[in-house]
Amino acid sequence: MVKNKGTTPLAFDEMMNADSSPRQPYSTYNEWYASQDRNRLIAKSKEAENIFRKTGITFAVYGHADSSEKLIPFDLIPRIISGREWRRLAQGIEQRVIALNAFLDDIYHKQEIVRAGRIPRELIEKNDAFLPQMIGFRPPGGVYTHIVGTDIVRTGEDQFYVLEDNARTPSGVSYMLENRETMMQMFPELFHQNRVRPVENYPYLLRQSLASLAPPGCSGKPRVAVLTPGIYNSAFYEHAFLADMMGVELVEGSDLRVIDGKVKMRTTRGYEAIDVLYRRVDDDFLDPLTFRPDSALGVPGIMDVYRAGNITIANAPGTGISDDKAIYSYMPEIVEFYTGRKPLLENVPTWRCSEPQSLKYVLEHIEELVIKEVHGSGGYGMLVGPTATRKERAIFAEKLKARPGNYIAQPTLSLSTVPILVNKGIAPRHVDLRPYVLVSDKVQIIPGGLTRVALKAGSLVVNSSQGGGTKDTWVLED
Amino acid sequence: MLGRTANGLYWMFRYIERAENGARLIDAGLRMSLTRSEAAEDDWDGVLQSAGVRELYDEVHETLTSSDAIDFLLRDRANPSSVMSCIEAGRHNARMVRTALTRETWEATNECWIEMKAMLAKKARPADLPEIIGTIKRRAGLIRGAFHGTMLRNEIFNFSRIGTFIERADNTARILDVKYYVLLPAVAAVGSSMDNVQWESILRSVSAHRAYGWVYDAELRPANIADFLISNGRMPRSLAYCYEKIVSNLGYLAREYGATHAAHGTAEQTLAALRTRSINDIMDQGLHEYLEEFISDNNRLGQEISDGYRFYH
Repeated sequence: MVKNKGTTPLAFDEMMNADSSPRQPYSTYNEWYASQDRNRLIAKSKEAENIFRKTGITFAVYGHADSSEKLIPFDLIPRIISGREWRRLAQGIEQRVIALNAFLDDIYHKQEIVRAGRIPRELIEKNDAFLPQMIGFRPPGGVYTHIVGTDIVRTGEDQFYVLEDNARTPSGVSYMLENRETMMQMFPELFHQNRVRPVENYPYLLRQSLASLAPPGCSGKPRVAVLTPGIYNSAFYEHAFLADMMGVELVEGSDLRVIDGKVKMRTTRGYEAIDVLYRRVDDDFLDPLTFRPDSALGVPGIMDVYRAGNITIANAPGTGISDDKAIYSYMPEIVEFYTGRKPLLENVPTWRCSEPQSLKYVLEHIEELVIKEVHGSGGYGMLVGPTATRKERAIFAEKLKARPGNYIAQPTLSLSTVPILVNKGIAPRHVDLRPYVLVSDKVQIIPGGLTRVALKAGSLVVNSSQGGGTKDTWVLED
Repeated sequence: MLGRTANGLYWMFRYIERAENGARLIDAGLRMSLTRSEAAEDDWDGVLQSAGVRELYDEVHETLTSSDAIDFLLRDRANPSSVMSCIEAGRHNARMVRTALTRETWEATNECWIEMKAMLAKKARPADLPEIIGTIKRRAGLIRGAFHGTMLRNEIFNFSRIGTFIERADNTARILDVKYYVLLPAVAAVGSSMDNVQWESILRSVSAHRAYGWVYDAELRPANIADFLISNGRMPRSLAYCYEKIVSNLGYLAREYGATHAAHGTAEQTLAALRTRSINDIMDQGLHEYLEEFISDNNRLGQEISDGYRFYH
């Protein structure tokens, strides 16, 4: 457990051994790095920023009229994972994603896992992310989560934990692709020296995967579209980027209408049907007739079309129930229940504050724990016990006592570090990893993913909204 | 393609064209104010009229000064046709239709916006104006270059080109209309140096002062200037040239869609008239009336295209 605020000597560094020799996956890279002129690298860092800026890889920050488009800082030292490490991770992720889909299918049908007493009924049925509209409906191919971004942290040579299963609409894949593109542009020699597995075919695989799950009502070549909340959404760049790379339409709710039992878009030739919709709009906003009536982002009536088998929605509505933080604590049981095997990847031990015993423990050990809101995301509404002030902890303890069911707690993991480039050279910073997974009739895991890095020394919060940056992530061929 | 995307492309290219023409107008205005010592405000009055923002200017400013006029034309957000407003609107549309553009075209547009935003963050000093105007023209050129070099020749290309030429035809017609009186034979005191400055400024506003000399002769003559900007199919900013392009792009769309709309008839009619009517005939009938009618027909064509291809936003 990390208790100090500064750099964390106890953390596992992925690049350097304690004796300052490079770890095996970094040995080729380290040689290259040693031969580099520091000023050139700093200049390259600036160049990378310009590439990102001109490409427009920005995210919107609400309420800032002038500086409304921000860059996520990019660090040019890659995060390198050996082929052996990756194979282990990939097997664990695949097992988990298969379990997630089986779990979703079960809870929207027979709920055998509840009957078996492995998960409390109220956890499902009183959960906002559980959509009664999905009960008894099976999406095309039985696939609920077409695209998953599994958040993984590492604490040692062989210790990996799953931190979160993002099964709704995981974002950030455009950074995975642009980071690689930028690295290849700036340091082509590195890709001659290291055998880095490609991630560039992600858009192609995504399109193939989406098209392969066309609804029964689709005749002919399936027409795919990406649904965005619009140009002011913080992830609009990514939505446009994916549509562009896949060569499909980018649509907004106002472009779509339900006509003759199909979802159609307004084209220059009149209304034309869409078969597969990769939606980047939350469940709540998807269909004002079914969910939030004030939503202007969705398509009135799309849920009826969906249930009639005339459109595929990816990810399926109601998948949020599987990546809920309260459900998360049951993932080991879920994996075992559906796959019949122990989970290959560990869960972070989690205290459910709704349980009195756990609440008591959490309050007594608040200075050691990370406490999160069950429905929170983006690093907001959480307390990092070891780095919080006494006052912050006291305020949080009150919130905890007022609504215990709203919180879970986990030990403060000593996340692994990878160096970033700083003015004086390199310095270790904590990282996490989000690999991207595509599910159709098979599970495909893209070798790489998004590495998020906390740029502040000692910080464990990697979210871009809170001072996090990104790195290119290499999986080596070995 | 979405009707919204077609609309976005059309307006993206209208705004970029307008931004570039705005820079040219300011350039011509500056040039004129250099060539004479008094009454420079009258020149800016003409420039504001050409840009179609004379009344809007009065809503924001009490008096007409060259410094305020330049700022209003260059970077005032209260002026939707200022160069900066146009670049912003063009880039906003480009971002919206990002998926229809090549990476090169998008990046050229985005970089134009990034550079101009920094350059026009503060009111420009007179000494910096040539550099600013040069940059706008260069940036617009880079967008055009990326667009021509990389875009597939399909409906996306056609809607973009149509936007460019509807806007350009409108701009050229306005420039002529504001100055039409200096081209009238009855009023013009032929050969006076004042007229020469005015005529040259018309040509400068469309970057055609050198080309004029190649096509006609060195001496500026009102009828030739009007002919050059209205009927000469080789002059890339003339009304005839713009309509050649509009008609051909509409023609590609008609073939691709297997259908024509009211817009096709309107554009062909206008082009036929531009090809057949002589400049003397136009001048005899009244240049001002001719241009007014042209501007209104051009607007109607824009509306017909928008209706025919189901534009919306």
